[in-house]
Amino acid sequence: MEMKDNMKKKLKLKVSAIKDGTVIDHIPAKSLFKVISILGLDQIENQITFGTNLDSAKLGGKAIIKVTGKFFEDNEINKIALIAPHAKLNIIRDYEVVEKKIVETPEKIRGIVKCFNPKCITNNETITTCFKVISDEPIALKCRYCEKITTEDQIRMV
Amino acid sequence: MKKDLISITDFSKEEYLRIMELAADFEQNPNQNLLKGKVVASLFFEPSTRTRLSFETAISRLGGRIVGFADPGSSSATKGETLHDTIKMVSNYADVIVMRHPLEGAARYAAEVSDIPVINAGDGANQHPTQTLLDLYSIQKTQGTLDNINLFMVGDLKYGRTVHSLLQAMSEFENPIFNFIAPPVLQMPRAYKHHLDDKGIRYFEHEEFTDIISEADIIYMTRVQKERFSDPIEYEKVKNIYILNNAMLENTKPNVRILHPLPRVNEIATDVDANPKAYYFEQALNGVYTREAIIAHLLNLK
Repeated sequence: MEMKDNMKKKLKLKVSAIKDGTVIDHIPAKSLFKVISILGLDQIENQITFGTNLDSAKLGGKAIIKVTGKFFEDNEINKIALIAPHAKLNIIRDYEVVEKKIVETPEKIRGIVKCFNPKCITNNETITTCFKVISDEPIALKCRYCEKITTEDQIRMV
Repeated sequence: MKKDLISITDFSKEEYLRIMELAADFEQNPNQNLLKGKVVASLFFEPSTRTRLSFETAISRLGGRIVGFADPGSSSATKGETLHDTIKMVSNYADVIVMRHPLEGAARYAAEVSDIPVINAGDGANQHPTQTLLDLYSIQKTQGTLDNINLFMVGDLKYGRTVHSLLQAMSEFENPIFNFIAPPVLQMPRAYKHHLDDKGIRYFEHEEFTDIISEADIIYMTRVQKERFSDPIEYEKVKNIYILNNAMLENTKPNVRILHPLPRVNEIATDVDANPKAYYFEQALNGVYTREAIIAHLLNLK
């Protein structure tokens, strides 16, 4: 038992602690790079550390991202709900978790997802997609343009 | 703020009724110079002679002038111009745009790009709201009301956008009953049945096209197309079942009327045409009055 706890601690430390910033945990490992891209983390100067393919009973392989000096707005973070619906955010100040947040599926999704309908105008001309979320478990998105419904298994990122 | 008509659900029940009222007015007096000095852009990115002539007749009877194209071959789209740019340009020229496009969602996008009202004259398999409004007008005119209508829909209920939009519109009125008659592979999609369930509206599904139509106030016929069947044997089995002939109308209600969005192929036998219950050609004429009404409503001309 003690051994296991030690192991866990070590595992945690594989991604080093941050002083101020945000930890995004419980990201499915396969979605890590999509999350990075959706949140624009590849475009910013902040220090970012991440780990992936970490053990998780729930996700069977999770990823974690730690961003120094970055605090996300809700509407910003909710964009990842489609691909990391169980993600949890820890807001860190002075090495302490001061706030925990969960991701909530927004009512509208702009950009991010492609419409599954090949005959939709958004797949034939340069148009930012826009969907109304009509169900979040499982995800179902109604295209503002062609009015067809893209379901979870059909979701492709832009 | 400008008003568009892209999807049948863009209009409220009050607006449906307003269109019915205006259409009746235009039927009494079709030639009204309300569009005098105005230019209507008629953009048919896909040919549709019937819809285009109906619109252009409506515009002409309103005294408006028409610019545009009847098929994509004569538009700049063939040179690779984006829909965005075509609409941007035309919206600087004209007062209202009527557009038909093969891609779904094209009309909604055009309405976002355009500063002037856009009327969707069909966007792929998605929406064709002016058809639905002329269907409503035909029902109202022949039944005297849009409430308590027993509506039978026959044929291809899976892919037929006209039946889907009509279902949505009629579900806004009091106490409709829907009867769906279709082969198993072409049944009304679940989403529309859920819509009716949510609103507590009764509907019945049938495979047989028989004397159950004796209950009908409206029989809305659509075509069962061979292309919809992956198995040609399935098509052969059902192809002659969903055909309406004059003998079948014998025990129907005196007020029943047969509607069809046209063009018809063989789903209504020609011996029905002489029956006073046949209404599809008048229905097409109602389209002109309804389109006059839609234009007048969107441009606040009345």
